[in-house]
Amino acid sequence: MTNLRITEHPILDIPADTKQVHVYFEGKELLAREGETVASALTSYGIRAFRTTRKRHEPRGVFCAIGRCTDCMMTIDGRKNVRTCMTEVKEGMQIERG
Amino acid sequence: MIETDICIVGAGPAGLSAAAAAGEAGASVLVVDENFKAGGQLFKQVHKFFGSENHKAGTRGIRIGEQLLDRARKAGAVFRLRTLAYGFFENGVLGLYDMDSQELGLVKAKKYIFATGAIENVLPMKGGTLPGVMGAGAAQTLMHLYHTRPGNEIVMVGSGNVGLIVSYQLMQSGAKIAALVEAAPKISGYEVHARKLLRAGVKMYTSTTVSEIKGEDQVEEVVLTELDSDFKPIPGSEFSVKADTVCVAVGLSPLTELLQMAGCKLYFSKVLGGFVPLHGRNLKTTHDDIYLAGDCSGIEEASTAMEEGRIAGIGASAEIGFGTDKADELIKQAQERLDELRQGPFGDRRKSGMEEIFTEYEKGAWA
Repeated sequence: MTNLRITEHPILDIPADTKQVHVYFEGKELLAREGETVASALTSYGIRAFRTTRKRHEPRGVFCAIGRCTDCMMTIDGRKNVRTCMTEVKEGMQIERG
Repeated sequence: MIETDICIVGAGPAGLSAAAAAGEAGASVLVVDENFKAGGQLFKQVHKFFGSENHKAGTRGIRIGEQLLDRARKAGAVFRLRTLAYGFFENGVLGLYDMDSQELGLVKAKKYIFATGAIENVLPMKGGTLPGVMGAGAAQTLMHLYHTRPGNEIVMVGSGNVGLIVSYQLMQSGAKIAALVEAAPKISGYEVHARKLLRAGVKMYTSTTVSEIKGEDQVEEVVLTELDSDFKPIPGSEFSVKADTVCVAVGLSPLTELLQMAGCKLYFSKVLGGFVPLHGRNLKTTHDDIYLAGDCSGIEEASTAMEEGRIAGIGASAEIGFGTDKADELIKQAQERLDELRQGPFGDRRKSGMEEIFTEYEKGAWA
């Protein structure tokens, strides 16, 4: 499985004991880290296609990661069009492409 | 309705610096930011800052962020995070949306400082909407705030300082730079950064552009094409690079929606990133109660954003009677530091861009 977590870094202090949070991407359990966004949690597993455009059914993913472009929107806990780059992971969160 | 002396939108370097300055002058300060952490881009900047000691050179952005946040808090600034400033209305009221409770609220401040920052530019490319194509700043956000690299093999588009620095940071995070591409005939950022990448064996292609990004539902391959001296693709020069990520570092544009909604007049400045709210040397806009600071006043960098924030914070407070005894002197010092920062080939261009805006503002033709 793809793992894009940074484990070693010359400058950043990467705590090894960050609390883990369980989230569910289309029903599949993923381990996220407390304090991160849904976008980064999915990215860490190599999940890049976050949604499909309505008309042309093209995949879209993270572009700006600061809440402006809205390309990374998903359905979170049943709520549509949530910007995953601005949403902190929460235990038990259900994330759907929708 | 929340009432406050000063309301600041944006808790990045400019907003925090304004909050500290206004709070220290004695004004009550409310800072609104839609992120769940304050600090804006500062906490993403793991590199050491440039300039002199006055400009915190040699200190990494993340440390500067911690110090500034601490200073703003000590100065009594109140933070409302996860709160979107969604509109500015005719009666001088700012609309807020609490993203957690999903409730709306209003703020009436005597003076506002908008420090709303910037957004990365998009580069139209065939296949440019594929997942895995993102802003260089987005990659930086994923890496430095959330300790996740965006991919393993990266094509960086753009050789300005952002492109060069983020390329190096991607390598520090364990990714490989498959290619760094620049349409111009030479690298446009500082040589010191370019050399670091060259030493690390990064392949840099000048006079080259991305002609297509290929992949099923994410980036898999990037086709590059050489350009002639008129920036026209040279037929037959295409070559392919394997990559899972394309980072785009082709500049930023000021985020001015709120300022526009408030009726602030804009002025086009190519060197400062496009349409910029017209403002004076004191960072006041064409709206009597609105100041601005940081990238939304014209694209520069965190060091200049902090000085602008300081000038706006002191100026806005003084205008409503706080810290009037020291305001002039403190503003003068900050302006001197700004002048020092706007030096060199990059700074000179921005300085002349700013001077043009100040001149236009001082003409008062917009009134």
